[in-house]
Amino acid sequence: MIPGAFEYYRPQSVPEAVSLLGTHGDDARVVAGGHSLIPMMKLRMADVPHLIDLQGLSDLSGISVEDGQVRLGALVTQSEIVSSDALAQAAPILRETAMLIADPQVRNMGTVGGNVANGDPGNDMPALMQCLDAEFDLVGPGGARAVKARDFYIAAYMTEREDDEILTGMRFAVQTGGWAYEKQKRKIGDYATAAAAVQLTKEGGKVATAAIAMTNLSDVPAFSEAAGAALIGTDCDDAAIKAAVDAMQGDIEPSEDNRGPVEFKRHVAGVMLSRAVKRAWSRA
Amino acid sequence: MKDFEDREQRTAALKGLGCSRKRVEDARFTQGKGNYIDDVTLPGMLFGDFVRSPHAHARIKSIDTEAAMKVPGVVAVLTAADLEPLGLHWMPTLAGDKQMVLADGKVLFQGQEVAYVVAEDRYAAADGVEAVEVEYEDLEVITDPFKSLESDVVLREDLEAGADGAHGPRRHHNHIFLWEEGDKDATAQAIGEAEVVAEEMVYYHRTHPCPLETCGCVASMDKINGKLTLWGTFQAPHVVRTVASLLSGIEEHNIRVISPDIGGGFGNKVGVYPGYICSIVASIVTGKPVKWVEDRMDNLMSTAFARDYWMKGKIAATKEGKITALDCHVTADHGAFDACADPTKFPAGFFHICTGSYDIPAAYVGVDGVYTNKAPGGVAYRCSFRVTEAAYFIERMIEILAIELGMDAAELRRINFIKPEQFPYTSALGWEYDSGDYHTAWDKALKAVDYDGLRREQAERVEAFRRGETRKLLGIGLTHFTEIVGAGPVKNCDILGMGMFDSCEIRIHPTGSAIARLGTISQGQGHATTFAQILASEVGLPADSITIEEGDTDTAPYGLGTYGSRSTPVAGAATAMAGRKIRAKAQMIAAYLLEVHDDDVEWDVDRFVVKGAPERFKTMKDVAYAAYNQPIPGVEPGLEAVSYYDPPNMTYPFGAYICVMEIDVDTGEWEVRQFYALDDCGTRINPMVIEGQVHGGLTEALAIAMGQEIAYDKIGNVKTGTLMDFFLPTTWETPNYTSDYTETPSPHHPIGAKGVGESPNVGGVPAFSNAVHDAFRAFGLRQSHMPHDHWRIWKTANNLGLHG
Amino acid sequence: MTEITLTVNGEARTIEVDPRELLIHTLRERLNLTGAHIGCETSHCGACTVDLGGKSVKSCTVFAVQAEGAEITTIEGVATPEGMHVLQEMFREHHGLQCGFCTPGMITRAWRLLQDNPNPSEEEVRFGMSGNLCRCTGYQNIVKAVLAAADEMNAAKEAAQ
Repeated sequence: MIPGAFEYYRPQSVPEAVSLLGTHGDDARVVAGGHSLIPMMKLRMADVPHLIDLQGLSDLSGISVEDGQVRLGALVTQSEIVSSDALAQAAPILRETAMLIADPQVRNMGTVGGNVANGDPGNDMPALMQCLDAEFDLVGPGGARAVKARDFYIAAYMTEREDDEILTGMRFAVQTGGWAYEKQKRKIGDYATAAAAVQLTKEGGKVATAAIAMTNLSDVPAFSEAAGAALIGTDCDDAAIKAAVDAMQGDIEPSEDNRGPVEFKRHVAGVMLSRAVKRAWSRA
Repeated sequence: MKDFEDREQRTAALKGLGCSRKRVEDARFTQGKGNYIDDVTLPGMLFGDFVRSPHAHARIKSIDTEAAMKVPGVVAVLTAADLEPLGLHWMPTLAGDKQMVLADGKVLFQGQEVAYVVAEDRYAAADGVEAVEVEYEDLEVITDPFKSLESDVVLREDLEAGADGAHGPRRHHNHIFLWEEGDKDATAQAIGEAEVVAEEMVYYHRTHPCPLETCGCVASMDKINGKLTLWGTFQAPHVVRTVASLLSGIEEHNIRVISPDIGGGFGNKVGVYPGYICSIVASIVTGKPVKWVEDRMDNLMSTAFARDYWMKGKIAATKEGKITALDCHVTADHGAFDACADPTKFPAGFFHICTGSYDIPAAYVGVDGVYTNKAPGGVAYRCSFRVTEAAYFIERMIEILAIELGMDAAELRRINFIKPEQFPYTSALGWEYDSGDYHTAWDKALKAVDYDGLRREQAERVEAFRRGETRKLLGIGLTHFTEIVGAGPVKNCDILGMGMFDSCEIRIHPTGSAIARLGTISQGQGHATTFAQILASEVGLPADSITIEEGDTDTAPYGLGTYGSRSTPVAGAATAMAGRKIRAKAQMIAAYLLEVHDDDVEWDVDRFVVKGAPERFKTMKDVAYAAYNQPIPGVEPGLEAVSYYDPPNMTYPFGAYICVMEIDVDTGEWEVRQFYALDDCGTRINPMVIEGQVHGGLTEALAIAMGQEIAYDKIGNVKTGTLMDFFLPTTWETPNYTSDYTETPSPHHPIGAKGVGESPNVGGVPAFSNAVHDAFRAFGLRQSHMPHDHWRIWKTANNLGLHG
Repeated sequence: MTEITLTVNGEARTIEVDPRELLIHTLRERLNLTGAHIGCETSHCGACTVDLGGKSVKSCTVFAVQAEGAEITTIEGVATPEGMHVLQEMFREHHGLQCGFCTPGMITRAWRLLQDNPNPSEEEVRFGMSGNLCRCTGYQNIVKAVLAAADEMNAAKEAAQ
């Protein structure tokens, strides 16, 4: 497994990177940790004549929690997420999710920006970011713009990001209430058979807000507004959870692969969501 | 008492048989100083890489290499047309069939070798591979062996219609052989008259040995001296030399084959692959050394699958559970070429060990080999030839019979075990079991896990599940397996005509250290450690003073290699026998030095002592020195010996395994809560190494039973080509194991050892699988196919109505 | 070709590489550090594990150019001038290896794990080592070796204080 040849660039600023992207158009790809892109290049499923390494862009690194807002630079690695105490306070679901991604070495290289930007339906962070109602910051030749995670994904490997834009980071509100990320996988290093992200708040013994998104059950991450709505005003009893699961089923479209047939995936999606809701409720 | 202590001390100082000697290999491996095939580098070395077929069955319309030849760094591109004048576009397989080296007119499986690109480095070679243009015309693909036998599609157009194959008549153009053993009529009669008959199809899916190091070689043709040197990941280097000579016409003395350190084999590295042939040809053509190393996808797609046996069984018994007959018909999917690595006379290996640990008066086995559009192979993946299939079959049939009889499966096994006094025991399928004490092992195992307590817990769990208090079930997986290893007696075991003896050559140096060379090759088993222990006990020199060397055909004596747990039973025996030759000569020298008659000295740990006068002695070290520095009347100088050992029989290791597994009915997830493994491998050479072999074999068994497979879609695409999808468990999915033993020596082996490396795979697969089945027994499950991955377990639960 | 400078096992090395060259190939073929191996090529097996800038990484999925300026430790740099590292001793003592192919990656990973967490539980070792596959040992003795090494290193630290 040997990648094809390419020109390598290591820009020192975002404008420089954007300009390189503009110059080479479709022929260029950016790389952060590379743990999605490099295997594709080695399998020669991705042809990348121009590779733009983002690691020199210090603007893209760092985790900050300020004024009720969390910002993750695109280059923040899964390991940094796991070890960040500030993040564990502000949005503990991130650590829980990152711990379930790949393995220690891959988490050291894999970045949150790469995870959300490349549009691989197997990645965990996209659904999580939808659950948290994050906004992605994009910078292109025309300047900066923000796109909501819930609006970002079009199809597998197709997103709202233009070819000449760079995803520089993401922002979401400091979370309150209960959370859970439940993921079934065949082994360490596997993508999810099904996974559910749940973030909810409780007022007066009832669910006040609930956000639910599912991983690897469609060609895009599946934010299920209806599933969240089914929980609001309930005390997460069995009937409410069943309603949420039923609603979620309308928002996913799993396909068969080595992890199993569609009916199994739908079933496991329900189990994951049900378990995630119960755990989130117990933490709320 | 003092004598006793003295003898104990001298024995301990040898680090011989029975001690957990630390491994001598580890210093280099832990410091990154191993020397594996990809570490072999020669000046001017080129790299080879294959263009492989994306199709499972297609005619090749054209191959255009022009663009590839223009890629910078590409030196040559070989196709079948280039190999044909040399007669090397096809090669014989170990199973009497032939196999394309490079696609000759058509391709028969996805990943098949189509062209071989040689370049200055591996990057240029990969670019060259991409630039070769091949035009294919799709043909109908057959991946189902049952359909293959009914199809009009002729897979192997090279075979003459109606002509016999290597193993007799072929009844259909996609049929390879029918191989039979046992008394068919008597078995049918016993089944016809039986009070109870259980019948079931047991499928053992296709998988792959997948050692962490893939296959590879470096071929270097020295045209000046006419010498070919071939380094490679060979489990049988001497056989590779012979095959290379026969194929290339280079005289055998002009070929040197070297197996360097091997990063795991498990059967994957027994066969001869197109990469070896092409690298040799490329080195001859270019005059430069050529390296070829598979990548992981190549490895999983093309070299050496294992299993793929559809086993239709009938087992008959009395109402009380005494088994009266066993019948098995196997449909064996061999893929596109019959490249099984079995002894010549055994096209289904030793599958007819499938009566297992049980005294079954009548039995019959018939195996139909079938061609399909899948990769060739059929290797013994961490087992003796087809023994894992046999053990899985009988251990499933026993469980199914227990269901049929409404009996406890542990008790059913006990009442059918071959009794200790029946050994040596001749089975209905013709094997002579050398020794065993199954009842003792079984009782010890059941007691160790508190079997009755587990069954009570399981019954309570079932009740709790029915009451809706839990969604987890408990499975208790039982297995009592009997292996057959140590191939094998030359009278009936050969590979390509080479008798399956093995060898050891010992040289004792003047100062009392030694080197021993063997015909085997370690792939992690620790031969450099354990063979030195055998020898230490035989010749009385410390194991630390004995170097063990294997794998270089210019220096090592001829041997058939390491697979099928044959190293200890065969080469280990050769080592002991060569050691005894050393001792016989040493006795004459010692007697001379002690000025007594040969018969008046006796062996005592590390020395010869004058009978009745233990204070008068000569150590082996003294004798070694004397052998080189003074004339001994009637004795040649020096102290060397060679033994070529032809085993009188196979050895029959056995074991009792119990797996306790928790199963989540809603997700199909599983967790091994406890695993107890009792192995009886006869005399134990190094308990630490044995335990390590057991841990590793059980983990490979876990992988196979619970998720690992080479899966194809309907058009023959391999669905499990990377380690994302091909299941190798990590630390996280792997449990801790408890290992235990009994020790029933082999009566015919010089030191009583039987071999152990493969037992845990042979016994482990049915133990894990039986645990899954057992969890659902209360709900009516009889048989479900491996691998038991999440979705298949979920499907089982779903079919049983357990999802409400 | 691109010139890069790496500090490998404490020694600065300036070399020319093709941008597409994978770090594992640079280490093995240009710098002759053949301890780390190639097992799966898709970042699952961990045989190619090296320490890059204080973190364990799979060098089959890193381009050498990405490592420009970095400090790298390979298995060849784990032993000390005084002799084998405790981890290497403990792998031998507890039979934590068989064919040895995964061992360099395994030990290099454990070396970093014990720096990050000098006193791990069995579960933490299993989780921390879950990116390294072994086909021979079933991991039981690897886990034992890592835990034993942690004990030895902690005892040595206490003795030194």
